[in-house]
Amino acid sequence: MSANRTASETVRAVRLRGARRARLIVAGLAIALVALFAGSLAFGDPVYSPADVWRVLTGQFVPGASFIVGELRLPRSVLAVVAGACFGLAGVTFQTMLRNPLASPDIIGITNGANAAALFAIVVLGASGLVVSLGAVVAGVATAALIYALASSGAAVGARLILVGIGIAAMLNSVTAYLLVYANEFDLQRAMRWLNGSLNLATWDGVALVAVPFVVLAPALLLLSRRLSLLRLGEDLAAGLGVPIEPTRRLLVLVAVGLAAFATAATGPILFVAFMAGPIATRLVGHRGSPMVPSALVGALLVLAADLLGQYAFGTRYPVGVVTGALGAPFLIYLLIRTQRTGGSL
Amino acid sequence: MTTTLEAIVGDAVKTRRPPWWLLLGLLALVAAVFLSVAFGARVVSLGEVWTALTTDSESVTSAAVRSRVPRTILAIVVGAALAVAGVVLQAVTRNPLADPFILGINSGASLLVVIGIAFFGAATMPLYIVFALAGAALAAVFVYAVGSLGVGGPTPLKLALAGAITTAAFTSLSSAILLPRIDVMRVFRFWQVGSVGRAENSDTLLVLPILLVGTVICALSARSLNILALGDEAAAGLGVHVTRVRLGAAGGAIILCGAATALAGPIGFVGLIVPHLCRQLVGADHRWLLPMSAIAGATLLTLADVVGRVLGRPDEIDVGVVTALIGAPVFLWVVLRRSGSRA
Amino acid sequence: MTTTLTTEALTLGYGDRTIVSDLSLSLPAGKITTIVGANACGKSTLLRGMARLLTPAHGRVLLDGHDIHSMPTKQVARRLGLLPQSPIAPEGITVTELVAQGRHPHRRTFARWTAAEDEIIADALEATGVLDLADRVVDELSGGQRQRVWIALALAQQTEVLLLDEPTTFLDVCHQVEVLDLLTDLNRSRGTTIAMVLHDLNLAARYADHLVAVREGTVHAQGTAEEVLTEHHVAAVFGLDARIIEDPTTGRPMVLPLGRHHVRGLRDVSPVNRGNHHDAGKVSPAS
Repeated sequence: MSANRTASETVRAVRLRGARRARLIVAGLAIALVALFAGSLAFGDPVYSPADVWRVLTGQFVPGASFIVGELRLPRSVLAVVAGACFGLAGVTFQTMLRNPLASPDIIGITNGANAAALFAIVVLGASGLVVSLGAVVAGVATAALIYALASSGAAVGARLILVGIGIAAMLNSVTAYLLVYANEFDLQRAMRWLNGSLNLATWDGVALVAVPFVVLAPALLLLSRRLSLLRLGEDLAAGLGVPIEPTRRLLVLVAVGLAAFATAATGPILFVAFMAGPIATRLVGHRGSPMVPSALVGALLVLAADLLGQYAFGTRYPVGVVTGALGAPFLIYLLIRTQRTGGSL
Repeated sequence: MTTTLEAIVGDAVKTRRPPWWLLLGLLALVAAVFLSVAFGARVVSLGEVWTALTTDSESVTSAAVRSRVPRTILAIVVGAALAVAGVVLQAVTRNPLADPFILGINSGASLLVVIGIAFFGAATMPLYIVFALAGAALAAVFVYAVGSLGVGGPTPLKLALAGAITTAAFTSLSSAILLPRIDVMRVFRFWQVGSVGRAENSDTLLVLPILLVGTVICALSARSLNILALGDEAAAGLGVHVTRVRLGAAGGAIILCGAATALAGPIGFVGLIVPHLCRQLVGADHRWLLPMSAIAGATLLTLADVVGRVLGRPDEIDVGVVTALIGAPVFLWVVLRRSGSRA
Repeated sequence: MTTTLTTEALTLGYGDRTIVSDLSLSLPAGKITTIVGANACGKSTLLRGMARLLTPAHGRVLLDGHDIHSMPTKQVARRLGLLPQSPIAPEGITVTELVAQGRHPHRRTFARWTAAEDEIIADALEATGVLDLADRVVDELSGGQRQRVWIALALAQQTEVLLLDEPTTFLDVCHQVEVLDLLTDLNRSRGTTIAMVLHDLNLAARYADHLVAVREGTVHAQGTAEEVLTEHHVAAVFGLDARIIEDPTTGRPMVLPLGRHHVRGLRDVSPVNRGNHHDAGKVSPAS
C-alpha cells in the first residue's frame, strides 16, 4: 500500500508540474495583454498619460482625450483583442482537430470564402458596411459547410478536409484576384483595405459584430476542449474512450468557423494570426492541458501588437493584416529550423 | 506509388496505342488554334481566317484575326510548359496533387517580380524572367522543405498544405511591398491573375529558348522518372542516381514554371489536370506521357482562353480564372477518389 | 466477471463493399480470445465493429444483451475498451498525461481531478511496468515501452472487455512475448475479457483460451487452439500447406509452413502439386 501511495504521488507530481507552469504563463500572457491594451490607448499622436486614459475609461470627461481615446482608440483596441482571440481559438481548434499545425482556417478555405464574398459585394454590388460583413459571415460558413460535406464521407476525414479546403481556397482565390483586376479605382481601394485586414474603421458596431458571437461561442469551445484533446489520440482511440466522433467534429467545425467568420467580417482577414497563435501558445505553455485560453491570449496579443507596429513603426501606416501577413514566411522558417533541430514531428 | 506501379504493369498487358492518341491530340490542338483565332469579340469564318493569315488583307476581320495570333502562340507555349512541369513535379515528388500553382511555385515567381519592380526598377521582360526564375526556384525549395517537416516525409497532404501556406505568405509579402507603392500596384495587379491577353510575340520569342532548355532537361529525364516511380530504393537498386535525377528533373520543371509565369502570370491547375488526363490515355510511361501532356496542355490552355473570351464578351475573363474554375473540381476529384488511402 | 460481448449476424462494410457478413460470435467472458486470418479477411474490421467504430449494415453487437449502438457512447466506454493498431501519441505528451486520458469515460465535464484517479493511473503504470517513465515524453520511448504505455491507458479505462488490434506489430520477438505476457497477467489478475487480432499463428495459439479463425468475412472455425489449428483449417483459412506439431514447451499446437523448398522428403514439389487453394497466391505465412 505504501508503495502504491508513493506511486500515486509520483503521478500527482507529474500531473501538477505542467499545470502550474501553464497557469503561470497564462497569467503572464494576461498581464502582458492588459499592459499592451493600456499602452495602445495611451500611445499615438498625441500621447496621453495613464491618468488621463484611466479618467476616460471611468467615464470622466477629458478634453480631447475623451474623443481620441474613448471614440477612436478604445473601439480599435477592443476590436483587436476580441478578433485576435477569435482567430486564435479558431486556429488552434482546427490545428488540434486535424492534428496538423499547418491546417488553420485561413489556409484551408474558410477565410477565402469570406474574402471572395466580401469582394463580390464591394466590387460587383457596390455594397459597403454591414452588407459586406454579413455577406462574409454567410459565405465563410457556407464554404466551410461545402468543404465539410465534400470531405466527410468514409475514412480519413481529417486529411480530406485539408485537401478539399486547399482546392476550394485556390479556386476562390482566383475569383478574388479576378475581381481585383476588374475593380474600378475607388472600389479597388476599399477592396484592398478589406483584403489586408484593417482596424482603421473600427466602431462600436464592428466590436458588437464580433463580441456577441465571441461571448456565445468561446465558452462553447471551452466546453468541447476536453473532447478536442482526446481527438488528438486519433479517431479510433477517441471513439473507444467514449467521444462521439462525428457530432463532436461537426460542433467543433461549426463553432470555430463561426468565430473565424465573424472576426473576419469585422476586420477583414488578419492573415496568419489563426495559424501562428496555436503553435506559439503551445511552445509557451507546453503540451499539457488545454491550449485554448493561451491561444486566445496569444491571438489577441498578436493582433494588438501588429496593429501598433503597423501604425507607428514604419514610415507608412500599414494595415494590421499586412504586418501579420509578413510574419508568415519568417514564422514558417522558424518552424523549419526548430523542427530540424529537435527532430520532433511538426 | 502503387498506382503508378500498377499502371506500368497494366501497360504491358493492354496496349494503349500512344501514337494514335498523340496524333489525335495534335488534331485537337489544330482545332483549338483555329477556334482561338476565329472566336472573340468578333467571330470570323474559316475562309476569312485563311485569308487573314495568308494575305496582307487590310480588312477589319483580318486585323482581328491577326491580333489574336500572339495570344494563341503564347497559350500554346505556356500551356505546354505548365503541363510538362506538372508531369515532372508529380513524378519527382511522387505526389498526384503536385502542380506549380498548388505547390506555390508561381507565388514565388510573382513575389520576386514584385521585388524586382519595386526595388530594382525592373521594367523589361528579360529582367522579369530572371526574377521569376529565381523566385520559382526559391519557392520550390522552400515548399519542399516545409512539406518534408515531421514524420513520414513529404506526403501529398503536407506538400499541398506547405504550398498553400507558402502562397499565402508570399502573397502577403507582395502586398506589404505593393501597398505604399500605388503605381507599382497598378501595373502589378494585372499580374496576379494569369492571362495571355497581353501577349507580345517579341516577349514570347525571348523566353522560348529558356523554355526549350527546360523541356530538353525534362525530356532527358523521362526514362529515369519511370524508374523513380518504383520508389527511391528500388530505383537506386536499378542503378539510377536518385538525387541527381530528382534535382535535374525538378530543375527543368522549375525553369518551365518560372518562365511561363514570367510570360503569362500565375496560371493554375493546367499542370494538375493534364497529367492526370494523359495518364488515362497513354499510360504512365513518361516517354509518351511528356509529349502527350505538352500537346494536351497547349490545347487546354488555348481552349480555356477561348472560353474566357466567349463567356466574358464584350470583355474577357482571364485564362487563369478559367483554368481555376475548371481545375479545382478536378483537384477535388483526385482528392476524393483517393479516399480509401490515407493521404 | 460476467460481461459478455457477442455479435449477432453482423454485417460490416465500407460504402458498398461488404467486409464482414452475417457473422455471429461470442467472446467467452474472462478469457483471452485471439482472432487470426489471412490479410484482408475482415478480422480488423470485425474488431472495429465490435468496438462500435463501424455501424453495422445488418445485425447487432451486444454488450451484456444490450445493443451497443443504442447505449450512450460514454457508458459503453466504461465497460469496453479498444486499442487500435499503431496508435499515434500527440506530440510532447507525457506518459502520465496520456494514460490519464483513459479516465475520460468516468469523468464528468466539470469534475475536478481526484486522488482516487491518481491512484488508478499509478496502478495502471505499475501493472505495465512504466511507472519509472511517468514523466517521460511518449515520442521519445522505444516501441516496446510505448506499447506498454498504450496498454496502461487501456487499463486506466478500467473496462471489463478489452479489444486489441495487433498489439504486437512493429515489435521484435522479445517485446511481442512481453506484451502478450502482460495481457495474460491482466486477464488472470483482473478477469478482463480480452480479444485481440494477432498475425503470428504460433503466438496466437499459445496465448489463446479461445481461437477464432476468420475467412472471407465469416468465422471459419473457433474453439481451443487444438481444435482450430489443424492442417485442414490452416489450409482453408490461409491457403497454406502446413504440418502441425505440439509445441514442446507449452503443449499447444504449432504451425510449420511447408513451402516448396527445404522440406525433407518433399524435394522438388512443383507448385501445381502443393494443394490448389484458390487464394494461395495472397498468403503471407506467419513468421
